[in-house]
Order: sequence, then C-alpha cells, then structure tokens
Amino acid sequence: MKRALLSLLLLGATFSTASADEVQVAVAANFTAPMQKIAADFEKDTGHKAVLAFGATGQFYAQIRNGAPFEILLSADDKTPAKLEKEGLGVQGSSFTYAIGKLVLWSAKPGFVDSEGKVLGSGNFQHIALANPKVAPYGAAAIEALTKLGLYPALEPKVVQGENIAQTYQFIATGNADLGFVALSQIVKDGKGSSWIVPANLYPVIRQDAVILAPGKDKPAAQALMAYLKGDKAKAVIRSYGYDL
Amino acid sequence: MQPDLGAVRLTLELATVVTVLLLFIGTPIAWWLARTRSRLKSFIGAMVALPLVLPPTVLGFYLLLLMGPNGPIGNITQSLGLGILPFTFSGLVVASTLYSMPFVVQPLQNAFEAIGERPLEVAATLRAPPLDTFFSVALPLAKPGFITAAILGFAHTVGEFGVVLMIGGNIPDRTRVVSVEIYNHVEALEYAQAHWLAGGMLAFSFLVLFALYSFNPNRK
Repeated sequence: MKRALLSLLLLGATFSTASADEVQVAVAANFTAPMQKIAADFEKDTGHKAVLAFGATGQFYAQIRNGAPFEILLSADDKTPAKLEKEGLGVQGSSFTYAIGKLVLWSAKPGFVDSEGKVLGSGNFQHIALANPKVAPYGAAAIEALTKLGLYPALEPKVVQGENIAQTYQFIATGNADLGFVALSQIVKDGKGSSWIVPANLYPVIRQDAVILAPGKDKPAAQALMAYLKGDKAKAVIRSYGYDL
Repeated sequence: MQPDLGAVRLTLELATVVTVLLLFIGTPIAWWLARTRSRLKSFIGAMVALPLVLPPTVLGFYLLLLMGPNGPIGNITQSLGLGILPFTFSGLVVASTLYSMPFVVQPLQNAFEAIGERPLEVAATLRAPPLDTFFSVALPLAKPGFITAAILGFAHTVGEFGVVLMIGGNIPDRTRVVSVEIYNHVEALEYAQAHWLAGGMLAFSFLVLFALYSFNPNRK
C-alpha cells in the first residue's frame, strides 16, 4: 500500500515537472543580476520558469558543442550565437541583440581609479584582474583596450585572470587584485569603490546576442522568453544595469 | 607547445617544494600523533584530515579571504613586506601544503605507530637520548612510510585543481599549473593540447600508484 502510494506520488511529481514549462538558459556571467530580475518577472508574468546557469560564453560554447541541454544562450558577444547558428546548434535566424555591454575599470578602493583611468599608466598596483580572454568577451575587450592604450606589454606581468567575469569581479571585490576590468552591469547598482567607464573607441562593441539552441527549437517557453527579452519591461531592467540597447 | 611546458615545469616545482616542506612539517606532527596520549590528539588528527573531506572550493574560499589584503594572514604578509599571497607561487605553496597535509601525515603516523613501543624502550634502556632514538631507530624503521608519504604528497599536489583555480589567477609560469591548463584548453575547445596534458597526467598518475603498490607488496 505504502509503495503504491509512493509510486503514485512519484508519478505525480514527474507529470507536474513535465507540464510546468521550463526553459534552460545559459547566461553570460556579466548578465547575471539583470537576468535574475528578468527571470523572476518572466515567471510572474507568463507562468514559465527560466532555469539559469551562469558562466563564460566560451565555456558555454564548448559545453553546447558537447551536448549540453541548454535551450537558450544569452551570450556576451555576437560571434558565438552566429557560429552556433551556422553550425546548426542554434536555430537559424533566432538570434538578436539583447544588450550592448560596457567595459569598466573598477577598484573596490574608493578613489583608487580616477575618472580618466590614468591609474593604469602609473602602474601603481600589484595585480590587475581581467576575465580569461580566450573564453570571456569582456576579457578580450580588456586586452584590446590595454593594447590600444599601449599599456599591455608593461602590465602583462601584473595581469591575473578570472575564469569568467564573475570570478574577476570577486578577485577585485576581495581586494586581492587592486583593480580590474569588469562589466558595468556588475558594479552599477551598489556603486562601491571607484571606477572608470572605458571609452567605447578603445574596444570593439560588445554586442550581446541571444540565440535559441537546438534543444529549445519548438518549445513555447523558449519562444516566450525570447519575446519577453525584447519587451519594454525587460528592456527597462537591462538599461537600469548600464547596458545600451 | 611552449606555454604547456611552462605549466609542466611549474607543476613539478610546486609539487617538489610542497613535498619537501610537508616532510619537514609533517614528521613532527605525525610523530606526536602516533605517540601522544593527549586529549588534543583527536582534535589535531581531525584538523589534519579535514582536506580529505572538504571540497577544495571551501579551502580556496577561506584562503582567498584569509590571505587577501583584509585577512589576518594577508595583514601579516603585507606588514612583512611580502605583499599578498593569492596569485603568487608562494600562495600556491601555502595552499597546497595545507591541502596535501593528510596525504603525508597519515602514512607517517601509521608507520610510526607500527614501530610500537618496544624498539624505543630498548633504545632507552641502552641509554640512547630521545633524539638519537628518533633518528637512529624510528626513522629507519619508518622508511617505507616516508616513501609512501612523499609519493602521495607529490602526486596529490600535482593533481590539485580547485584550490589553485580559486586563488591562482591563471598566470602563465607562476600559477597556471597543468590541471588548470587542461581546463583552459578544454574550455577553449583546444582538445589536441588538452589530450597531451591530460594523457600525460593519466600516465603519470598510474605510474605513481603502480610504483606505490609494487613498492609495498608486503604491507597488507
């Protein structure tokens, strides 16, 4: 009797997860905070649940190539979604730009980073953090900016790499790195420390594209989330984190 | 291939330094644990064994905070003019020493315990002073334990990943060890390079364990 009840319960559980429409989303780490907010609104407004995983875009790309069950990728660049579409791993024509990211030089210490980023040239620090440029577009943008400023060769020995932009933020927030390059979205809300918004002409535009992946092809929840990201409510959240649109 | 060789060299350097350090630090701890009747024995024994069960992320997280500029260890190293330890080779040495400690202390402790009281008492009745007893009786008898401890300590340091990932900062030739480099290659889809290193690690680890088991056939 007990066993029968238990299996009934289990059966019920299986059914309820199957009917509740979930969408598995891989989210570039820089978009963590806004996406948490948007996912909560999305669930409230549509009843669909977005299950979020955060990491570096390049890492997600490698995982998707190897069969990761993500249905949507919110990339930190536009190259990765384009590549996925071309390789048939992303749904043709589904990608669009959901945000344009801004690179910022940030220190947890107030007054450490000046409003023109001159601190970079002073070399007056032990460690400067950036995200692994091989997998994180913000890391690649940081290297590009340092190179354009002519400072990269001199600063290279001081560079420490975070695995993704979130670990980079954590290196700086704990003070282990004196300063570093993160996404504006990560620091815009609490305004601690000191920062310099890197001028847009120093690095290629960080166009962040979303794409539906093969496993999400015919899923209503995936379509709904893509539509929701284009809506005014989501756009307001995205703008509030310092992104352009 | 050049950067990978750097990672291999760095890993071997790290493992060597850590193993030597651990033999020096671990021997007195193991000796004390083997001989003491103190109530503190369980406490110290548990402390030493902690890295066996803790996820490396726990150790990495606390080390990052403790060794950071606002942590107690960070304060000490800064006031000594050493700067802070995360992102440095010394930082990896400190972390690995803690992390590999049980792999060195426990075989040593077992070896010391296996000697028993008798040989030491005999030495004492022959008027050997305690230090002399330790060096001319206990150490030679515990030799297999030392070899096991050194091999395990070395191999475990080579195989370390999580702690290094959290406090290393992925710096070529300074903190980018083989395990981290493999991770980098895999994440960047550079499977050919990943295979070289990963295959090498597999062969190395097997050989180490094979050597260990062939060396100790008589210990049940």
